[in-house]
Amino acid sequence: MTGEAGAVAATRKPRHRRAAAGSRMTAGRAVALHAGVIALLFVLQFVLPAYHHGVLARVMVLAVFAMGYNLLFGYAGLLSLGHAMFFAAGLYGAGLSVYHLGWSVPAAFAGGILAGLVLSTLIGLLALRTTGVAFMIVTMMFAQVFYLTTLYFNVWTGGDQGIVVPQPLRSVTAFGGTLDLTDPATRYFAALGLFTLVLAAMLALVRSPHGRVLVAIRENEQRTTMLGYDTFANKLAAVAVSGAVCAAAGAAYALLFGYVGSSFASVQYSILPLLWVLLGGAATTLGPLVGTLFMYYLIDISNDLLAAWAPGWNFSSLGIVGIALILLILFFPKGLLGTVRERWLTWLP
Amino acid sequence: MAAVTPLLETSVLSRSFGGLRAVDAVNFSLESGEIRAIIGPNGAGKTTFVSLVCGRIPPTSGAIRFAGEDITMLPAHRRVRRGIAYTFQITSVYANLTAFDNVALAVQRRLLDEPQEKASRPALAAATMDALERLGLAERADTIAGTLSYGHQRLLEVAMGLALKPRLLILDEPTQGLSDGEIDNFIGLVRDMARDSTVLLIEHNMPVVMALAGRITVFDAGRILAEGAPEVIRADPAVQQAYLGTAAT
Repeated sequence: MTGEAGAVAATRKPRHRRAAAGSRMTAGRAVALHAGVIALLFVLQFVLPAYHHGVLARVMVLAVFAMGYNLLFGYAGLLSLGHAMFFAAGLYGAGLSVYHLGWSVPAAFAGGILAGLVLSTLIGLLALRTTGVAFMIVTMMFAQVFYLTTLYFNVWTGGDQGIVVPQPLRSVTAFGGTLDLTDPATRYFAALGLFTLVLAAMLALVRSPHGRVLVAIRENEQRTTMLGYDTFANKLAAVAVSGAVCAAAGAAYALLFGYVGSSFASVQYSILPLLWVLLGGAATTLGPLVGTLFMYYLIDISNDLLAAWAPGWNFSSLGIVGIALILLILFFPKGLLGTVRERWLTWLP
Repeated sequence: MAAVTPLLETSVLSRSFGGLRAVDAVNFSLESGEIRAIIGPNGAGKTTFVSLVCGRIPPTSGAIRFAGEDITMLPAHRRVRRGIAYTFQITSVYANLTAFDNVALAVQRRLLDEPQEKASRPALAAATMDALERLGLAERADTIAGTLSYGHQRLLEVAMGLALKPRLLILDEPTQGLSDGEIDNFIGLVRDMARDSTVLLIEHNMPVVMALAGRITVFDAGRILAEGAPEVIRADPAVQQAYLGTAAT
C-alpha cells in the first residue's frame, strides 16, 4: 500500500498546499468569468438590433426562473415538476396587486416574491415528506391545483386570456424622476439588474457551506444525516429560496412585459425550466442562462427555417427542435456547460 | 464498575421487524474511554443495535442514554452533533466527490458548531488534510471517492468519522474487505483514535477483536449472550455454541 502510494505521490503535485491556495484561485477565476458575462450582457444592450435586444431582456428574466429551478434540481437533486406555480405566484402576486390594488411597482415586486416564498415554504413542508418519483407527482399535482385556481377565479385573473397591465401602471417614480418599464432600454437594464443580483447570490450560495451541504444531500442523503446535518431543514430552505427566486422572475415578467396569464401556471412552464437547466448544465451557475438562450433561439431559428424552406406545409418547428435536442444529449450528455466542465474546465462553478 | 455515569447506556431496548425481535430488551452499558467489541453470528442484531444507538432506526421500546442524557427521541443528526459518529457497514461515501470533499463535509459540520474556530477555508483544509493523513489517504485527496479501491473507501469512511472528533465512534465491520497489511495499520489507528474517543466496534475478524477490545459483548438472537474480557469470552462455552451451532434436535 505504501509503495503504491509513494509512486502516485511522485507523479502528482501534493494536494496539501493546493487545497487551500487552489480554492482561492478558482474563486478568483469564477468571479472573473461571471463578471465578464455580466459585462458582456451590459455591452450587448448598445449593439444589438431591436429584436434581439428584446429577446435578450426576456431571456434574462426567464434565466432567473431557471436559476431558481437549478438551485433545487441541480444542486439539491430534487426534481420538481411544479415550479410553474412559483413563477406564477410571483407573476400574479405582482401583476394583480398593481392591476387591482394599484400598488406601486416596487411594492408589487416585493409582494410577488413574498407570495412565492410563502407558497414554496408551504409546498416544501408537504412535498418534502416524499422523495423521488412521489416528489415529482406531488409537486406537479400542487401546480395543477394552482393552475386550475387561476382559471377558477377568472373574474380577477382573466383566466387563460389573462390581463394586460397597462403602461401607466408600470412605471417607477423615484428620486424625482420616472422610470418607464415599457421603455426597451429601461426594461433591459431592469432585467440585467435582477439577473446580476440573482447570479451573484447563486454563485455565493453554491460556494458557501450551505451550498456544499445541498450537493452532499444530492449525492448521499443518508450519509449527510450521519455527518450531523439536518437534511430536511436544508432541503426545505432550498425549496423556499428556489421558489422565491422563481417568483422574483415571475414578478419581473409581469412588471416588465405587462402580461399576466394562466398559461404561465400551466404544466408547460414546469417542464421548461427543467429543460433549460438540463440543456445548459445542471448544477452549473451559468448553465441556466446558456440553456434558456439556446432554447429560445433554437425555436426561433427553427420557425424561420420552416418558413423559408417549407412555406405553407404547416409543419411544427418542434420536429427540428427535437432533433437538435437529441444531438445535444448525444454529444453533451451533461448539458452544454456541464460537459464543458467535465472535459475541460473543471473549476467551473 | 465505577460509580461514574456510563457514556452510553441502553435499558430494555427493543426493536422488532414484524414478528422478528431483532433487538430484544437489551441492557447495555459502555464506559468512557473503552474499546468495546460487539461480536455474534450473522443476524444476531449487532447492526440493528448500533443503528438504534446512532438513531438511524427508531426503537420499538426502551431507552437510550448518552453522557447521562436521554437521547431516545433525538433524531440521528442531533445525536451526531452530540458526539456519536457511525461508519456504515456497507460503504457509504460520496462517490462523485473527491476524497478531500468527503472529509471536508464532516469537518465543516464540526467547525460550524465551534464559533471561535470559524469555518474558514484554511482551517477547513488543514483539519481535512489532517484526517486524511492519519488514514494514509493524503496522496489521494483529489481522487474521486468512487474510483478509490474498496479498501481505501473503507478508510475514507473512517476518516469521515474521525474528522467529526466524536466522543463515541461506532465502527460497523470496518476491516471488511481490507488486506492483511491494511488491517495491521488499522489496528494501530483504532488504538490511536481511542485516546480521544470511546470506540464501539462490530467485527467478525477475531484477531482484530482480540488485539483491540478491552471488553467484548456477544450478541445472539437479539440478546446479549455474554460480556467480559477477551480471554473470558474466548473460553465461554455458550459463546462457542452460538458460533459453532447447536446439535441437531
